[in-house]
Amino acid sequence: MKEQLQKDFDNSIKNLSLSQKDIEIKKFCLDNFIDKGFPNRKEEDWKFSDLSRIIKSNIGELSFYNDQTSTNKVDTSVFVDGLEHNKIVFINGRIEKIDFEYEKKDQIEIIDQSETINEFKNSNSLSDLNNAFTNKCFKILVKKGYQLTKPLIIYHTTNAKIWSKNINLRLNFELDKDSSLRLIDLFNDTSEKNFLNIFYNFELKENAVLKNYKVDKLENKNIKYSFNNIDQDKNSISETFILSTGSNFSKNEINCNLNGVYASAFVNGVFSLNNDKHHEIRSIINHLTENTKSYQLIKSVLDESSKAVYQGKIFVNSDAQKTDGYQLSKAILLNKESEFNAKPELEIYADDVKCSHGSASGSLNEDSIFYLMSRGLSYQQSRELLINGFLLDVVEKITDPEIKNLIKNLIGIKE
Amino acid sequence: MDNRQKEINNLKDYKYGFSTDIENIQAPKGLNEDVIKFISNIKKEPAWMLEFRLKAFERFKVLKEPDWQKPKFPKIDYQDLYYYSAPKSMKDKPKSLDELDPKLLETYKKLGIPLQEQARLNGIAVDAVFDSVSVATTFKDELTKQGIIFCPISEAIQNHPELVKKYLGSVIPTSDHFFATLNSAVFTDGSFVYIPEGVRCPMELSTYFRINASNTGQFERTLIIADKGSYVSYLEGCTAPMRDENQLHAANVELIALDDAEIKYSTVQNWYPGDKDGKGGIYNFVTKRGLCKGKNSKISWTQVETGSAITWKYPSCILKGDNSVGEFYSIAITNNHQKADTGTKMIHLGKNTKSKIISKGISAGSSDMTYRGLVDISSKAKNSNNYTQCDSLLMGNKCGAHTVPYIKNKNSESNIAHEATTSKISEEQLHYCQQRGLNPEEAVGLIVNGFCKEVLQQLPMEFAVEAQKLVGISLEGSVG
Repeated sequence: MKEQLQKDFDNSIKNLSLSQKDIEIKKFCLDNFIDKGFPNRKEEDWKFSDLSRIIKSNIGELSFYNDQTSTNKVDTSVFVDGLEHNKIVFINGRIEKIDFEYEKKDQIEIIDQSETINEFKNSNSLSDLNNAFTNKCFKILVKKGYQLTKPLIIYHTTNAKIWSKNINLRLNFELDKDSSLRLIDLFNDTSEKNFLNIFYNFELKENAVLKNYKVDKLENKNIKYSFNNIDQDKNSISETFILSTGSNFSKNEINCNLNGVYASAFVNGVFSLNNDKHHEIRSIINHLTENTKSYQLIKSVLDESSKAVYQGKIFVNSDAQKTDGYQLSKAILLNKESEFNAKPELEIYADDVKCSHGSASGSLNEDSIFYLMSRGLSYQQSRELLINGFLLDVVEKITDPEIKNLIKNLIGIKE
Repeated sequence: MDNRQKEINNLKDYKYGFSTDIENIQAPKGLNEDVIKFISNIKKEPAWMLEFRLKAFERFKVLKEPDWQKPKFPKIDYQDLYYYSAPKSMKDKPKSLDELDPKLLETYKKLGIPLQEQARLNGIAVDAVFDSVSVATTFKDELTKQGIIFCPISEAIQNHPELVKKYLGSVIPTSDHFFATLNSAVFTDGSFVYIPEGVRCPMELSTYFRINASNTGQFERTLIIADKGSYVSYLEGCTAPMRDENQLHAANVELIALDDAEIKYSTVQNWYPGDKDGKGGIYNFVTKRGLCKGKNSKISWTQVETGSAITWKYPSCILKGDNSVGEFYSIAITNNHQKADTGTKMIHLGKNTKSKIISKGISAGSSDMTYRGLVDISSKAKNSNNYTQCDSLLMGNKCGAHTVPYIKNKNSESNIAHEATTSKISEEQLHYCQQRGLNPEEAVGLIVNGFCKEVLQQLPMEFAVEAQKLVGISLEGSVG
């Protein structure tokens, strides 16, 4: 893999006009990655999902060079109907379109940040890989007091042109004071056997509101890793919803730093898996100052030999008195081959806090099925009704009514 | 109130902190094959036992000290320890208590464990372990009548080799983790219990561990076998003198329950926790594992952990037999600079297996407490159930309380439920108690005892009283 990495790296920087310093930073990151390799189960955070092994058995040899000199045609058929929205379109890892047609142009700034590489505090070898190979990095700045009128949908599209490739993406967002952004990540993958490595960095200033919905619905044979870093100032709110269904393997990581008082973070997730899919959500909520709040709800429905993992951590610093942290994960195992693993973790250094977590996993309740069947439903109908209700609980947590409906339609959940 | 206050004042300092001035026989300092041979030789062990030890030592040489635990500690120099220390008077084993060194008798009297059988009213048979050897076992005759074997493990190796050979290392193999393997190589003494088929042990069996000599590690090994349909309740208590250096205690405890048998294992651990500044204290790195080998068997662990500078242990149950039950009840209290990383593992292998975990952690002062646990339901363990509850109480803003549960469910017909909370004693509760005339410390004691009640209830009567007091004492000075 080492030679391949070197070769692909040389190829990819050739096409970029980078300063010597930037090349050196990228090189340093590459060396770090070569040194550490893909994370494996020996690392605590990857205990339940051995990425190194998963890539080896699903993809085999990866290539890291992406020829991005030519443009791809934007396929408008993937766009969401019936909801007016702003767009960013990625095709095979290349930004093809940035369109804020519904917004005031002077309130949003798009900054090309290709040269600067910001380090994440909570980094792993994948962030090094990302740093080494991302060639365009934009920062989207929402200016003070501006609230986007329409949601922004980021289309992540890959097509059959690419195969056994590693795609690295990076986006930075800054939400200035009193601003707000609704962001939907929509994955439309028709490609196979690629490894997508996505890093987002969000900076939320005072009173800013971020709502991020990640929808991975379309069946595909890719391996996905997505990392969200969210830094939150006073009074800011972040809401993250993850629908994890389509990819062969997917791991979503949310690292949230509640730096300002009264900041709050919500992480909700739905796993609905079949075949031999293996998905994971890992969240780390760092309560770093007093009077901060976090709430997490993760529900999984697992069929066939699928596997879901939830690792959630609430960290409470010794200054973070009056913290309120809550975390609940529930799983229904439908098949004897399916598996659910959880590691809900609390690390607490302050005494005046209210933190709790709960985790439950098991089969569908036979009593409930019996109840429904005695009222005339078939076994299949009862089962569907129960699963529908089980998942609806999480979808109902979405605070934006427009998007709630969109997601309900996407999953096919009835009220 | 005055009486209680007086009592608390008496107990305020670690009252077991004295040391007994007694002549010792020690193995040469350090860890090598010669020392292992020395231990084996002095215990007049058969060849297979020495082989067991040497095999473990071979394995130990390639193992690395684990470092994933939360409490970090300075590196232990395993060559700077004595692996065997015994009172000289024990060289030729005294035949009865009358021949026992009066100094030893005195020590145990001071600890509140009178070894003279006539002095005991509550009917608990005691095996007293002093440093590396077992000094006395009481009520032996009475137990023998029922066919129960309760003796030091060194005696069992001589007298019941078939049982020891069959079961020793069957739950904690010589190839296990670092400390367990170290123990397999150098263990010195401990208790052996065998309850024959269908016998319900008429009294509580108990071991009392005492570390006396300085610079020694205590490595005892306990093996309890409950044959078909039998029942035994076993208690374990421990203390050590106050010393500036950290002493290592790495014991192995193996429990085996055959068909329909039940073992109840209770521990009140009160090793010297170190002084207020965190100097000295015992490193309590113990491996405890129970195997529910037979159908309908049950193993229940109850622990009250108040002592030790660092407690690092996970009493576990392997639920292999169908319908077997594993339970774990724990109170862990850390104060001053104490650190604890404790919890349990419940490994469900058989069908219809059930497990229950109740863990209560209290941290005060500058201490740090971690609950770490594993619930693993394998794909064959149909219709299994687990319930876990771990609650933490924090007192003061310099301490930490952490919960790290690992939950693995590979069976769709099984259910796992896990709950954890972290909170502090509410002002309302304190106010209410104080309004009714309790001083703040008493109020905290009362509330904490209420918090721990679910676990305290599981302890045998005599222990429960002691444990309740211990809970109060351990939190001394943590209020206000």
